[in-house]
Amino acid sequence: MKVVVVGNGMVGYKFCEKLIAKKLPDLEIIVFGEEQYPAYDRVHLSDFFNGKNADDLALAPASWYKENGIQLHLGDPVQYIRNSIKLLQTFKGYVLHYDILVMATGSSPFVPRIDGIEKDGVFLYRTVEDLHLIKSYAKKAKRGAVIGGGLLGLEAAKALLDLGIENPDVIEFAPRLMPRQLDEAGAEMLASTLTNIGLNIHTNKNTAKITGDECITGMQFTDGTSLQTDILVVSAGIKPRGELAAECGLETGMNGGIVVNDYMQTSDEFIYAIGECALYNEMIYGLIAPGYEMADVAVHEICRIHSASPVKTKAFTGFDMSTKLKLVGTDVASFGDPFANGDNVRNIILRDTAKGVYKRMNVSADGKYLLGGVLVGDATQYNILLQTCKNKLILPPNPEDMILPARESKKEEGAGIVALPDDALICSCESVNKAAICKAVSEQGCETVDAIKKCTKAGTGCGGCLPMVKDLMVYTMKQQGKYIRNVLCEHFAYSRQELFDLVKLHELKTYDDVLDQLGKGDGCEVCKPAISSILASLWNEMVLKKGNDTSQDSNDRFLGNIQRGGTYSVVPRIPGGEITPEKLIVIGQVAQKYGLYTKITGGQRIDLFGAHVGDLPLIWSELIAAGFESGHAYGKALRTVKSCVGSTWCRFGLQDSVSFAIQVEERYRGLRAPHKIKSAVSGCIRECAEAQSKDFGIIATEKGWNLYVCGNGGSKPQHALLLATDVDSETCIKYIDRFLMFYIRTADPLTRTATWLNKMEGGINYLRNVVVNDSLGMAAQWELEMQGLVDAYVCEWKVAIETPEIRKRFNHFINAPGEKDPTVKFDALRDQKKAANWK
Amino acid sequence: MIKQNDTAVQNAHWFAACRVEDVVENGGVCVKYGDEQIALFYFTRRNEWYATQNECPHKKQMALSRGMIGTKNNEPKIACPFHKKTFSLTTGECLSGDECSIKTYPVKVENGNVYIYVE
Ligand code: SRM
Ligand SMILES: Cc1cc2nc3c(=O)[nH]c(=O)nc-3n(C[C@H](O)[C@H](O)[C@H](O)COP(=O)(O)OP(=O)(O)OC[C@H]3O[C@@H](n4cnc5c(N)ncnc54)[C@H](O)[C@@H]3O)c2cc1C
Ligand code: SF4
Ligand code: FES
Repeated sequence: MKVVVVGNGMVGYKFCEKLIAKKLPDLEIIVFGEEQYPAYDRVHLSDFFNGKNADDLALAPASWYKENGIQLHLGDPVQYIRNSIKLLQTFKGYVLHYDILVMATGSSPFVPRIDGIEKDGVFLYRTVEDLHLIKSYAKKAKRGAVIGGGLLGLEAAKALLDLGIENPDVIEFAPRLMPRQLDEAGAEMLASTLTNIGLNIHTNKNTAKITGDECITGMQFTDGTSLQTDILVVSAGIKPRGELAAECGLETGMNGGIVVNDYMQTSDEFIYAIGECALYNEMIYGLIAPGYEMADVAVHEICRIHSASPVKTKAFTGFDMSTKLKLVGTDVASFGDPFANGDNVRNIILRDTAKGVYKRMNVSADGKYLLGGVLVGDATQYNILLQTCKNKLILPPNPEDMILPARESKKEEGAGIVALPDDALICSCESVNKAAICKAVSEQGCETVDAIKKCTKAGTGCGGCLPMVKDLMVYTMKQQGKYIRNVLCEHFAYSRQELFDLVKLHELKTYDDVLDQLGKGDGCEVCKPAISSILASLWNEMVLKKGNDTSQDSNDRFLGNIQRGGTYSVVPRIPGGEITPEKLIVIGQVAQKYGLYTKITGGQRIDLFGAHVGDLPLIWSELIAAGFESGHAYGKALRTVKSCVGSTWCRFGLQDSVSFAIQVEERYRGLRAPHKIKSAVSGCIRECAEAQSKDFGIIATEKGWNLYVCGNGGSKPQHALLLATDVDSETCIKYIDRFLMFYIRTADPLTRTATWLNKMEGGINYLRNVVVNDSLGMAAQWELEMQGLVDAYVCEWKVAIETPEIRKRFNHFINAPGEKDPTVKFDALRDQKKAANWK
Repeated sequence: MIKQNDTAVQNAHWFAACRVEDVVENGGVCVKYGDEQIALFYFTRRNEWYATQNECPHKKQMALSRGMIGTKNNEPKIACPFHKKTFSLTTGECLSGDECSIKTYPVKVENGNVYIYVE
């Protein structure tokens, strides 16, 4: 049997994946796609502006199709179908016979007829190609606008913000934003939140004309008003792509959707239509979950025909259009019937204008059932409300408790999961129910959300169900008596963030005080370094101050990394990698005198290895006298800020990257954090300093700096993501201050920024909102606190050598000071030495 | 552990290691006894003294005195600074699931002097 799929979008891909899984014999699958890229995740298309490319977004690489025996033709749209003889022809000239044809052509943006819409600078928002075009054009644009205040339009407006366009205008024809999902009050709340973070919202506006010669320069509206803009994105709805089907005589609807029955068959029984091009019950389903369900139904039907079985196994019965989104960092959700009203309905409404929160529950008159609702500003309870609504669960006596702020309703939420029936659909994208998730935990031993994703596929689509998947995991594990609370260790029943806040609140200054007031028992090697790090991040007191010295990790306690054999390494700070010949000579002399192995590190400085613990104060005295200070190579602290030579010498350099790197390194030197932090500054996009692999990296632009955050080398490398564009040095430092304080306050122990971000709900968009838009209102306080830490900085090696009680600790034997550890052995190596092998 | 009035057996005797104030609070120091290296710990929080061999049996590193002390279910322990293997300070048994164990020594304090019982 030869199955030909027209369209390699999200649903077309899912269809292939599901059909392959059935392992039918004698099956040939051929796919034609109009776009140049194999199917990608359109839902997360906007991540393109956070540094993702088509490969990152791909649902499967081109090789996947090959491995599964699927012929994939990209950039080759099907041009016509002769269904009477089951033949089709493509743009490149293929003529092909099919047994079954599947139309998965999706939809295209609806383009309203507006005078001037063909001008340069007017774009659509649907494909990777569109985004490429927008991105390059936006570089020369100062002002931007979007037509359409629906889900996609707001996402496009957000993209313009990300591209550095300030205060883009959103033009909506209807009297309110997201008219299909939100009621009036909800839309109003959303509009005021979006206005606060920099969007100009215009409702009730009808565009009459786009002005400008060749390129757009402005827009005129039917009410006589106008505005200026250099770029316009049109996102005014979708239009199903049924033109090909209509041409060969298939039945289509008014707006072009291809009419299908319960089995996804069109008016020709050998042709199926699925996804956004399919018109079911006079409805186009513009979301991904129903599209995947349609793919599943078509696969079932094709299997049935393939095996010549008379029994139909699966039908499409419509789909719930509930959605939860994060729009420009704001939660928006609507479920069930969001607008239900009238005599038989009780509306419960919670509205907090200060917090920008609006919640509405539509409850049946008898108070038993939830019919639908709207959530704006806080959608934490979305999953449980949706499940309660879909599964017709009986509401608690005070249904309003369900939408009270998360703190109070925590208990209910747990209870809510328990009450769900086993077949409650948790992940609608992949249709995974509650029982399947609980079973993955209890029988297949999945104890992380990632493991559950792998095992059941739940949460791999839009990801909206992940919080609920996690709750179910925790609940199932608890039932099995497993310990899961994210606590530090047996001595502290708190997470690191909780401890951080408590230590700050109670102004505790020593490890013992923290243990006495917040913990129990006598501590251990897990909580001691974690608490010490918190104390250092909060107060920046010398780490070896009495009372805190022995709670430091061994490397911090001796201000050096312990190496094989028990000697230490010495790493003086060389900010930005810049060093004078005089200082280089001193390093050489010191190394010679104390017999140290020297090596240029990967961090643009010099490491001296093989120092006996007793020699450390002597070595550091000489280095400090020559103007060096500690490089904190041993601490969970700022390490290096690498630089490239930049505009001072390089013919491509746009800014003085060395000076800025030195400024940054000197600002944050000694700053202690949950894990080490690294940075780099590059003088132009050639990126010789590798800033995009750093916890925070800075790259010069014509106008200033681009700031990237949360990159990582190490065993799981990860590129940093763009946080802000074209900022001046002062703003850049401000953002880094906030970013670092947020990280220090909330990360788990020993979590690098990349991992921290990966765990953060809302990801880089949320982070940007916190750092750039100050959505938590913490910016001023964080900047102040950072300045306090900067001002409190002293070189700890200097203090150590000048304080007799501390200096006394740098001895191998307590009863034979000055004597070296006789068991330390070195071997010779290329005119230097190395530590002897493990015994 | 504080042991009072132990009687010496054959060669074994109480060796005067150092003064109380020489030992860092809630941490360890290394004591030289001939060719032997002994890690001496002052668990100030519990007012207890312990001594063990200084060599970590895992990779044979002279390092335990530089480790961190703590408890596991109220059992005092030392964590090696190299790979954080932990050992009971009372029995010397490895608490991280390894076969190896360390030698422990009795300790006593008299008139501000710290004595270790060696054989
Ligand atoms: C010396 C150096 C290697 C070299 O000869 O070039 C080095 C040496 C060590 N690295 Fe590194 N790393 C060195 C650059 C790097 C880099 C490159 C860079 O910074 O540009 C990376 C990858 C970038 C990154 O961190 O994102 C790197 C990723 C690691 C990791 C993995 C971190 C991760 O997040 O996965 C560890 C392990 C850890 O920290 O837990 C590590 C740990 C270590 C330790 C501390 C292991 C240990 O506990 O003994 C090594 C001790 C060095 C010492 O005694 O001074 N080192 N290490 C480099 C010192 C740079 C400096 O001047 O401070
Ligand atoms: C920016 C954006 C954000 C979105 N966010 C969400 C969200 O948060 N949640 C949600 O549920 N949904 C969201 N959607 C909607 C979701 O992406 C679509 O529902 C989904 O992509 C539909 O899949 P499809 O396969 O039917 O269509 P598409 O993914 O559009 O794929 C159709 C493919 O067919 C190709 N094609 C068309 N005609 C031919 C031809 N004749 N020959 C060959 N190929 C052809 C097209 O080029 C296209 O590649 C979003 C959409 C966009 C654009
Ligand atoms: S890569 Fe491994 S071996 Fe090399 S320095 Fe880093 S931690 Fe040590
Ligand atoms: S050497 Fe002590 S744990 Fe490895």
